[in-house]
Amino acid sequence: MKARTFGRHARESLKSLGRNSWMTFASTSAVTVTLLLVGAFIVIMMNLNQLADNIENDVEIKVVADPAADEAAVKELEEKVRSTAGVLEVVYSSRDDELNKMIQSFGDELSLYKQSNPLGDALYVKAKEPQKTAAIAKKIDTYDYTYEVVYGEGKVEKLFNVLNTSRNVGVVLILALLFTAMFLISNTIRITIVARKREIEIMKLVGATNSFVRIPFLLEGIWLGVLGAIIPMIVISVAYYNLHVYWAPRLQGELFQLLDTTPFIFQLNGLLLFMGVFIGAWGSFMSVRKFLRV
Amino acid sequence: MIVMKNVYKKYPNGVVAANGINIEIDPGEFVYVVGPSGAGKSTFIKMMYREETSTSGEIVINGVNLANLRNSQVPFLRRQIGVVFQDFKLLPKLNVYENVAFALEVIEESPKTIRKKVNDVLALVGLAQKSRMFPDELSGGEQQRVSIARSIVNSPKVVIADEPTGNLDPDTSWEIMRIFEQINARGTTIVMATHNREIVNTRRHRVIVVEGGLITRDEYEGEYSYES
Repeated sequence: MKARTFGRHARESLKSLGRNSWMTFASTSAVTVTLLLVGAFIVIMMNLNQLADNIENDVEIKVVADPAADEAAVKELEEKVRSTAGVLEVVYSSRDDELNKMIQSFGDELSLYKQSNPLGDALYVKAKEPQKTAAIAKKIDTYDYTYEVVYGEGKVEKLFNVLNTSRNVGVVLILALLFTAMFLISNTIRITIVARKREIEIMKLVGATNSFVRIPFLLEGIWLGVLGAIIPMIVISVAYYNLHVYWAPRLQGELFQLLDTTPFIFQLNGLLLFMGVFIGAWGSFMSVRKFLRV
Repeated sequence: MIVMKNVYKKYPNGVVAANGINIEIDPGEFVYVVGPSGAGKSTFIKMMYREETSTSGEIVINGVNLANLRNSQVPFLRRQIGVVFQDFKLLPKLNVYENVAFALEVIEESPKTIRKKVNDVLALVGLAQKSRMFPDELSGGEQQRVSIARSIVNSPKVVIADEPTGNLDPDTSWEIMRIFEQINARGTTIVMATHNREIVNTRRHRVIVVEGGLITRDEYEGEYSYES
């Protein structure tokens, strides 16, 4: 297509937005509402995913040595664990440290046990890859002098279940909204097509190619999508930026961290704009295909 | 130039508008198509620029067999055919110049070519002075001249006119006929469907009579008459 022709199509499509201002308003609003919800949903999902990742990465194996084992035996166990494939780091905590931790958590009553400590020495093991935690734990369990090997079994799975369910519900909701927005856009385009029926008829008679007839309508749909995306992009960017400014310092050191504003906001804006364009182009394509048999 | 062999057309509602039409029109001919309303005249004409497709049979225009023509190629067929209607089909929001230029814009001609061709053709139909006026400021005859200008601005080999004088008074009709004959004199084939007995009988050309989806008479320098 020649640049001159594209200019002509662009002008035509913009003019038509002005002519059907009410339909333009309706379909743009539909896109706006849809994308606002989509954007909020993405912000929540991405941050929850991040949380899940953090938790997953935080999973460690606690290896309790047999309380009857002597210092040399524990040392031997520690070396063996350290040399196990896939182990990132091993932190040793003596039985006295373990008891102190318990006393801190559960209260002074437990200090009675200081007379005769029933606990064993402990090793805190981190896997290089969090997904292999379970396998490594099983392996360590087979070594001598281990009394108990525990890790956050089930917790991560539960979190992922919750995440998946909410994601599915969200996706259904979003699809319904996307569909509504597309439907409204395709109606707007249909009105434009009807309004320009005579012009289209003449275009066809004098030998305009099919794409020449169709492109202005596709462009019009795309403008509707882009117009609808502007408000969500601004609102979500500003809201997330402020949320981040307020919460990021308060969440310092917590497991749950907000995603950094860059590049997240830019990626999100890119995605919203793309979705706007996509909704517009697709909605318009439906109408053009149905009502513009050229 | 235009060849139809055993052309048959049945509409979805069961109406048979062409029941085995055979015709051959040579380059540069001037042909009247006459016949009663509903006899298949419009279908006969519409099949030539592929507004309608035949159910069976062969239609060849400028060497192109329309039966094999893909939809995407139809625009290129139409660029070789000018079409004029009884109701002019002008765009009310465009002025005379723009209405004619429109036909060249949509086939992506350069602005320079458009300017030259439009001015030439407006001079030919005698509307050079009125190029800035809008259709509703023109008389019926002038509007039809704009529509003729638009149909020939791309120098088509064939001009098809569906009752071009149907909405015009007798004097204006003569004026329009004179323009068609002028175009014909330059070598363009003219196919004109008409109900105007006086024109057909005075300006003698080949006459094809379409009745009941068939060509019942085909005479050079024929007269306007049919059974019905």
